[in-house]
Amino acid sequence: MNATATESASVLSTRGLDKSFGSLVVAKGIDFALPQGVRYALIGPNGAGKTTLINLMTGMLRPDSGRIFLGEDEITSLKPEERVRRGLVRTFQINALFPHLSALEAVTLAVCERRGFSGNWWRRLPDYRDAVDEAHGILSSLRLGADCYRLTRELAYGRQRLLEIALALATRPRVLLLDEPAAGVPKDESADLFDAISALSRDLTVLFIEHDMDVVFRFASRIIVMVGGRILVEGSPDEIARNSEVRTVYLGKAVHG
Amino acid sequence: MTGFFGVLFDGFAYGMLLFLLSVGLSVTLGMMNFINLAHCSFGMLGGYVTVTLLDRLGWPFFATLPFAFLAGAAASLVLEGLLFRRFYRASELDQCLATIGVVFMSVAAAAFVYGTVQQPVELPSYLHGSVVYLGINFAAYRLFLVAVAVVIALVLVATLEWTRFGAQVRAAVDNQRMARGLGINVDRAFAITFALGSGLAGLGGALAIAMVGLDPNFAFTYLIWVLIVVSVGGLASIGGSFAAAMLLGISDMAGKYYVPALGSFLIYLLMVGLLMWRPAGLFGKR
Amino acid sequence: MTAATTGAPAEPHQYLHAQARWQWSEYAFWVATLLPFALFPSYLQLASQIAITALFALSLDLILGYAGIVSLGHAAFFGVGAYTAGIISVYGWGEPLSGLVIAAAVAGLAGYAMSFIIARFRHLALIMITLGLGLLLHEAANSASWLTGGADGLQGIRIGTLLGFKFDLYGRTAYSYSLIVLFLAFLVARRIIHSPFGLSLRGIRENPVRMPAIGAPSPAHIRKIYTIAAVMAGIAGAVLAQSTSTVSLEVLSFQRSADVLVILILGGAGRLYGGIIGAIIYMVARDQFSGINPQYWYFWIGLLLVAVVVFLPNGVLGGLARLKSAWRGRWR
Repeated sequence: MNATATESASVLSTRGLDKSFGSLVVAKGIDFALPQGVRYALIGPNGAGKTTLINLMTGMLRPDSGRIFLGEDEITSLKPEERVRRGLVRTFQINALFPHLSALEAVTLAVCERRGFSGNWWRRLPDYRDAVDEAHGILSSLRLGADCYRLTRELAYGRQRLLEIALALATRPRVLLLDEPAAGVPKDESADLFDAISALSRDLTVLFIEHDMDVVFRFASRIIVMVGGRILVEGSPDEIARNSEVRTVYLGKAVHG
Repeated sequence: MTGFFGVLFDGFAYGMLLFLLSVGLSVTLGMMNFINLAHCSFGMLGGYVTVTLLDRLGWPFFATLPFAFLAGAAASLVLEGLLFRRFYRASELDQCLATIGVVFMSVAAAAFVYGTVQQPVELPSYLHGSVVYLGINFAAYRLFLVAVAVVIALVLVATLEWTRFGAQVRAAVDNQRMARGLGINVDRAFAITFALGSGLAGLGGALAIAMVGLDPNFAFTYLIWVLIVVSVGGLASIGGSFAAAMLLGISDMAGKYYVPALGSFLIYLLMVGLLMWRPAGLFGKR
Repeated sequence: MTAATTGAPAEPHQYLHAQARWQWSEYAFWVATLLPFALFPSYLQLASQIAITALFALSLDLILGYAGIVSLGHAAFFGVGAYTAGIISVYGWGEPLSGLVIAAAVAGLAGYAMSFIIARFRHLALIMITLGLGLLLHEAANSASWLTGGADGLQGIRIGTLLGFKFDLYGRTAYSYSLIVLFLAFLVARRIIHSPFGLSLRGIRENPVRMPAIGAPSPAHIRKIYTIAAVMAGIAGAVLAQSTSTVSLEVLSFQRSADVLVILILGGAGRLYGGIIGAIIYMVARDQFSGINPQYWYFWIGLLLVAVVVFLPNGVLGGLARLKSAWRGRWR
């Protein structure tokens, strides 16, 4: 029930997280801590268990053993939506959006859920002016303001990726887990995306999974390397770049952006 | 006591019939996630083919059975190519709607061609009557049914476990994307499985005539039983279909024998309860 | 109803207001529903049936078209409403309006109870459970013939006057009643759809996995809308029982659940008016072709269903919407 000294200074931490599917071990003894306000990157080869870890932390997967803490509070047994309400939010590697809602409607939906009046069925949506303004504000800050009236499915892929982030921001997270935010985004559309990531408030703690090492070295203050469900090593970008083990396991292989 | 074992055997035989009718749907649902509510229409087709060959053309009973199977298989290939193929990636609702439409059409067509009465069937003489063993009456036809179903179940399990085709099917059920990546022709495996399953349904339909009768509503009435077997037994599970079919057959017979006033109430209650306990079916994955 | 494609609005509030505003075609439609009184006075009973079916389809739309719950057993609530209204009249409570409220409450309770089960499942298990619960209720009503009259139908229904108007064979009272009830329920449904709750429902339909990831309590939302839909379906059933003074097992049958599904898909799910349009088309056609043996009617319905799913996946209203935007595109 009580977190240790290092853990209570951190905003998100895990202790001894394990998960297997039969004989397939996807997480083994995961111990780590995210201090407040950092930008950490989680890297590793495909199948290392990075997305699985995010699924475990957000409650989409139940761990076989181990504990998860958000600040000082243990959240191991909380449902996913409860973790979101406490500020632990993630984005998805493959867009998980609402195809037939416009961008404005989608973000307004997230805002209404956060503000707690998503169950109100008697008053009309436009009457909630503040919520709508907030949603529009978030979209504008991500340069989606002009496109916000278009249906999600009509947006270009890069703009959909931005909408992914907008949805997460609408929940006012404390900790944001970005699962390959730039995945699949063409080079000419990624500038807006990276600007958005740089512009994320310093109050927000961010952990992102990435394969593109340029992105990793540009944004991360610290890197965690995962292989085969275990954390191999953790360190500053320079340390990781020089680490020979990491080189052979990961950086030596072909890098795809 | 003999009443009890008699009911047990009759229920078991009925369950075997349900197994034949259901196993095809269970496997194809597990393989492609395609909800084919028209599955029992293939069964009904097999039944009517047998009736036609038997009554109108005077063929011996056994000779009609392979053709009932072939009719089901052929019809499924045609419908698959013409219509079903479009819906493999469609929503569950759309799949339900399209296949229900096919059921409506098949029921009306059967009524048009054959009328709405129950179809009589002339069984060979050695399938009449019953065998008495240990004081229990075993109807000869039901023994035959059980024998056929058990043999087919064994053949299916053997095919799945020991042939290359079976391995392909198992791979496709487990992880379709991976199977394609490994070079397995999933579409062809599915088409064959679909045809086999529909053929078995056709055979089941033919065998059903002498046990539960055949009329144009067969496609609907038995659809409900088949759906219960498939959802309770678990998708893509031959063992699951077998167990669920047996459970359903025995429960139904026992219910009708011991508490006739309740009708099918118990069965539906059993299904809802089992599904709530195990939404993926008794033997389903996850 | 869909997002504005007619040029970017300058302001988010304007955009949302435009979504929720009444269109002139809606006003025209509701005025047109008064026409049968003047133009088709001998068809008022049919018109009443259409209004009842439209209400039933609207209730299904709330859970299917907006929340994405596929139900093959929605007739359960229609039947509960019908039997409740019928049974209380047998025991002396023949006043229609209060009877309607009672029937609605009972149906709502049934819906609320079932909603706990419904909210926990998805995919095939959910479809089967809705089917199973519907069949269960039908069987139970069949067996409990001391209460429901069983296969013979409910006997001894005595419905009183509605605010002084008798339910006669001409159907004027019946159609007025069912039309007003439909309109009021429609207003409620419209409100729900344009509220934050309606937006949440669409979110559940569009991506049920994303909802918990934005902190949404999906099960609570589903329970709420399922209960509301049950109340509405119960009201439709009660109006049927009261305006025709008959209730038979058919109101709980799979046939009725399947019919209302076909009607909604035909008109277009998730489009507010889909159930109403579908009901009009289906029931007028059925009345016109009533000479045909019912067996063959279902052949054409089957064919129509396949055709709609293949060529008009969003029903008639969806097809019209596509035509409208194609037409607009031509005049750009």
